[in-house]
Amino acid sequence: MYGGGNIFEATKFDDLQTEDPAKLAEFEARIARGEKIEPTDWMPELYRKQLIRMIEQHAHSEIIGALPEGTWITRAPGFRRKMAQMAKVQDEVGHAQLLYSAAETLGKSREQMLTDLINGKSKYSNVFNYPAFTWADSNIISWLIDAGAIVNQMANAKGSYGPYSRALERICAEEAFHLKYGHDAVVHMATGSPKQREMIQAALNRWWPPIMTFFGPSDKMSTHTETLMRWKVKMASNDECRQQFLDMYVPKIWELGLTVPDPNLKKNQETGQWEFTEPDWDEFKRVINGDGPCNAERLAVRRTAEERGAWVRRALLNPKAKYVRPLA
Amino acid sequence: MNELAIKDLLYKLADDQLILGHRNSEWTGFGPILEEDIAFSSMAQDKIGHSLAFYTLLHELGEAEPDTVAFTRNANQFHNNQLVELPNGEYDFSLIRHFLYDNAEIIRFEMLSQSSYEPIAKVAMKLKGEVKYHVLHANTWIKNLGTSTEEALIRLQSSLNEALPYALGMFEKSTYEQELINAGVYAGEEAVKSEWLKRIQAVLEKTELRLPDLKSKEPKLGGRYGEHTEHLQPLLDEMAEVFKIDPTAEW
Repeated sequence: MYGGGNIFEATKFDDLQTEDPAKLAEFEARIARGEKIEPTDWMPELYRKQLIRMIEQHAHSEIIGALPEGTWITRAPGFRRKMAQMAKVQDEVGHAQLLYSAAETLGKSREQMLTDLINGKSKYSNVFNYPAFTWADSNIISWLIDAGAIVNQMANAKGSYGPYSRALERICAEEAFHLKYGHDAVVHMATGSPKQREMIQAALNRWWPPIMTFFGPSDKMSTHTETLMRWKVKMASNDECRQQFLDMYVPKIWELGLTVPDPNLKKNQETGQWEFTEPDWDEFKRVINGDGPCNAERLAVRRTAEERGAWVRRALLNPKAKYVRPLA
Repeated sequence: MNELAIKDLLYKLADDQLILGHRNSEWTGFGPILEEDIAFSSMAQDKIGHSLAFYTLLHELGEAEPDTVAFTRNANQFHNNQLVELPNGEYDFSLIRHFLYDNAEIIRFEMLSQSSYEPIAKVAMKLKGEVKYHVLHANTWIKNLGTSTEEALIRLQSSLNEALPYALGMFEKSTYEQELINAGVYAGEEAVKSEWLKRIQAVLEKTELRLPDLKSKEPKLGGRYGEHTEHLQPLLDEMAEVFKIDPTAEW
């Protein structure tokens, strides 16, 4: 999990006027040649800013995304699921760690990023502002939200910033397992008892609208998007990602005898494009701006964790503390 | 060998690991730093895996399937010590518990890897390599935080004082204690306890923490015989919440 539908800062592109034109030209030439940009290389301020924002949002999505599934670790039915659910959510926290490190190479500390998250200054993937009511919701997240994230991250792994792109390659390898796990869990529910089938269909009904907004609103090809695409920060449009996701997963959902709760969903055979009911973007905006069913709860949990752990971090920073090397 | 004695031992081992594994997993998403979320989650996975290995041995001896045994018994049928069932509390309590518990568990596993009862010996041999890292993790953190700020020292010392009576309960003897010793299954709880004291003392000496006088602490007993604190049943209810919707279903 869990990145997707990044919200980019509407920075004035006049900012580029202040950059050294020769350096800027060389930077763009390097990207055009497919070279990776590394932390100590020259880069325009705008590139740095947008990348920090994007990687930070992704990292936050991993730790906040660990919460709805995390609540089901202690309730997972049976050893097989219990161990897999633990490993899966642990991976997500590990992804956050990788991503915060990648963002730190651009000059913002992890502590600062977490502070911005708690204060509501930084965003995270909007889908995690929705609740996971039942075990089946957790299964749908593991399968379809992770699937969406893979579509997005596979594209971004080809991006121009070295540390982010390498982190994403590792993340995608793990996500592939999550996808298998999520699919396996959904298959068991969808082919199980009437109660299980009812649970999984209800969860799909609840999660479909957030899933459809996962990749973000339709992009308008502004100068903004164009520059970010030229710099290989943004690698695919939100619509392309959404279409690819529908192409890959709608048939798999149907195959399980589940119903997608959108009567207008169908593939137009002539255009090859999926048609669907336009997601409720007003709700999307409302939720992303803080008014969703779980925004307050998610941030409160994170805030509590930060506050409760503060003494440990203070103790680790204590100059008196001796570093003890493990005897491995 | 008396099969009841072996089963009793296996239930103790399995239930301890399952319940502490469950508690450790509750840290996922809430750790003081991400690295500790990840570490506690790793140990949780190992411990739950270990409990499964012991429940599987029990199943081979005629007990019910591991899922049934783990997810459908009530608190009074559990043989874990009371230390592992206590709520996580703050990180200082979880860390102290982890330190006290894993330093005992590794000794148990070391002894059992030499056991005359081969199925246990095999499993213990394999698993002790994992517990070694749990001990390394606990000792490293105790040494680090146990020499740090006053705030940390106060927290850790008070958790140590609080946890110790429960930790002593880990060594509660089973009805079959002497039989197990005589048969060479393992050296018994007294032997585990005296080696444990040596090892935790050696770590604590490198810190500003002090082990309270053991004579002043009454061990919290009963766990091995199904007597538990009020915290175990709610944990089990939560663990079985989905499983019990339909215990015959494949999840």
